[in-house]
Amino acid sequence: MSQLITVSPSPHVFGQQSVKSIMTGVIVALVPAFIMSLFLFGIGALVVTSIAIVSCVLTEYLIQRFILKTANRISDGSAIVTGLLLAFNLPSNLPWWMIITGSVFAIGIGKMVFGGLGNNPFNPALVGRVFMLISFPVQMTSWPLPIASRMHYLDAATGATPLGIVKEGLRNGEVMSAIAQQVPDHMRLFLGYMNGSLGEVSAVALLLGFVWLLYKRIITWHIPVVMIATVFGFTGVLWLIDPLHNASPVFHILTGGVMIGAIFMATDLVTSPMTKTGMVIYALGIGIITVVIRVYGSYPEGVSFAILIMNATVPLINKYIKPGRFGKEVKHG
Amino acid sequence: MSTTFAKGGIHPPENKLSAQSKIRDLQIPASVIIPLSQHLGAPAKPVVNKGDAVKAGQLIAKGDGFVSSNIHASVAGKVSKIEETVDISGYKRPAIFIETSGDEWIETINRDPALITSISLTGQEIIGKIGEMGIVGLGGATFPTQVKLSVPRGKKAEYLIINGVECEPYLTSDHALMLEKGEEIMVGIQILKKALNVEKVIVGIENNKTDAISHLRILAQKYPGTAVTGLKVKYPQGGEKQLIQALVNREVPSGGLPVDVSVVAFNVGTAFAVYEAIQKNKPLFERIVTVTGKSLKQPANFRVRIGTQVSALIEAAGGLPEDTGKIIAGGPMMGKAIASPEVPVMKGSSGILLLPETESKRGEIEPCIRCSKCISVCPMGLEPYLLMPLSQKALFDRLEEEKVMDCMECGSCSYTCPASRPLLDYIRLGKAQVGKIIRSRKKPA
Repeated sequence: MSQLITVSPSPHVFGQQSVKSIMTGVIVALVPAFIMSLFLFGIGALVVTSIAIVSCVLTEYLIQRFILKTANRISDGSAIVTGLLLAFNLPSNLPWWMIITGSVFAIGIGKMVFGGLGNNPFNPALVGRVFMLISFPVQMTSWPLPIASRMHYLDAATGATPLGIVKEGLRNGEVMSAIAQQVPDHMRLFLGYMNGSLGEVSAVALLLGFVWLLYKRIITWHIPVVMIATVFGFTGVLWLIDPLHNASPVFHILTGGVMIGAIFMATDLVTSPMTKTGMVIYALGIGIITVVIRVYGSYPEGVSFAILIMNATVPLINKYIKPGRFGKEVKHG
Repeated sequence: MSTTFAKGGIHPPENKLSAQSKIRDLQIPASVIIPLSQHLGAPAKPVVNKGDAVKAGQLIAKGDGFVSSNIHASVAGKVSKIEETVDISGYKRPAIFIETSGDEWIETINRDPALITSISLTGQEIIGKIGEMGIVGLGGATFPTQVKLSVPRGKKAEYLIINGVECEPYLTSDHALMLEKGEEIMVGIQILKKALNVEKVIVGIENNKTDAISHLRILAQKYPGTAVTGLKVKYPQGGEKQLIQALVNREVPSGGLPVDVSVVAFNVGTAFAVYEAIQKNKPLFERIVTVTGKSLKQPANFRVRIGTQVSALIEAAGGLPEDTGKIIAGGPMMGKAIASPEVPVMKGSSGILLLPETESKRGEIEPCIRCSKCISVCPMGLEPYLLMPLSQKALFDRLEEEKVMDCMECGSCSYTCPASRPLLDYIRLGKAQVGKIIRSRKKPA
């Protein structure tokens, strides 16, 4: 025999999925939502998304090259995913330098300080977003009008989000039946015709992405389904008790960040629990905290905070919630 | 929903290239190398000396201790040397070398192929004879069969399970055997049944072998209490604990044995070897071996004398392909990569797989992205992502707490990991250390 042969421990064959294919799958799953955001917010959506992706990837590259001095891993696509998700959580009229600041913070503080991909406890895109929300509260809460602002970037006409309108109305002592006149109907909310972050508005596009993620076996149904069901159930109970002062559960799951949060942010592999039971507990927590912030807090929306808070509990969940071991109990048939 | 085990599992491409290949006798080699460690337990002690003439079937090494097994010559010839040689395990271990002179078998073996169905021996006699004939589990674990048949005091076997799953990709030796030696397997099952004194038998076969399922189902009609169950194709269904759960829905307790849930399981190949040993007085000195690989000219199933060098099997299947990058003894999931094709076939060798160069290298290791796929595929409910760093950090008490010893090394975690992390490699290292610690604890001070 002339050639050298490889000797290595088993197994000798491997599955097809790679980190890159997972990241690519997530990017593909975000395409429908991106198309809807281009349709609704036009130039602004394109500008904001491009700046966020480029600055996230560049930040990761520069940190790897000059600070960590490690191998360049930007080709795994995870920085592109962070950039996309960050952009999807921003209004489409945000000034470029704020986007860059947020991206540098998301990748730098949210991810690289912990050692890069796989080591960050918090969702980097949400770290960036919340940092921006606190730093630039005015710009981060002025929302371009859909369709009408398609040809505008910084000069887009703005208004409040449906959740903001409800919060404001209730605070002013109005009742839901009156407030409902000022927000889009459920069908328009489902399609995404509302003021909001550029990628979060279209429930239908995000759900298409969900189907893709399930089909590609990138995530399981547990976190999205439980989180949406919790928000629906909790707000549903409040609405049944007092429909005059609480928005309907359908309204709650179709507005704000519930859909994008449940499907794309809470399911971030790195920052979510490892077992199915753990995932259910985590998603339940996110749902409850979201509703508590929306209904009782001062912010109209709470998905980002809820996910970050529950991210912090993941190590604890992983420590105590173990998969069912084989052979624990002896069954006699 | 079709029958299968509950937890984890994967479905790698089946690649059963030699499924249609009839069993062919491989030419008797000019010399054989018969290792003395072909079974789980202590190596056998040689009872022949250099220069002795032996016949096929003659005892050449005696099992040494309770868990050990007899070894017989596989050809007629002269013992040329007894010395250490590298075997499939990669370690240097003692072996008996025989120069072949012919194919004379010892007189006691009945070489008439006619089926003998009546079983004359008693249960105890059967167990004794199986021990004499050097039968070990042919599914790969090579646990001495007579030990498994001796049910410990206070325990009772209720089910006999026959493993015809062959869940490893590529391998077809059990499949071929079930199609061609179904009758003999059925009689072998009756012998095992008598030895164990059980009433209920279930043969488990995966649904990718429908011909074997229907063939054995027809044969089983003659034998009351014997059922043949088709199973959903899922790896590692051939794992003893998984198969028992799939067929009788009982979980073998952690650290326990199948008999703890009143089950004893054997491979179909073992059942056939038992038939030959009891009905034909034939010791275990040949077995069916699949030789396969995508680039191989004629993937095939051969009947091979123990001790035949792997290179002879590859030659008979069309020669070593140019692009070979890895030679594996066994299947692609649990088989051992061998360093040279000159090593001999042993009792536990179910197949020889040649992987092309392109499939022989592992992917670049990336950071763990905590996708939790290793947990969802682990059939034992373990957390490979956690066990690997614990092993790297030598935290052996934590490893033990996390049930590392339950790992059966099926490789589903490493197979699935998108970051190509060497999960099982480190788990094995951890297991070895934890095993040592547990054994040292049991020793009296």
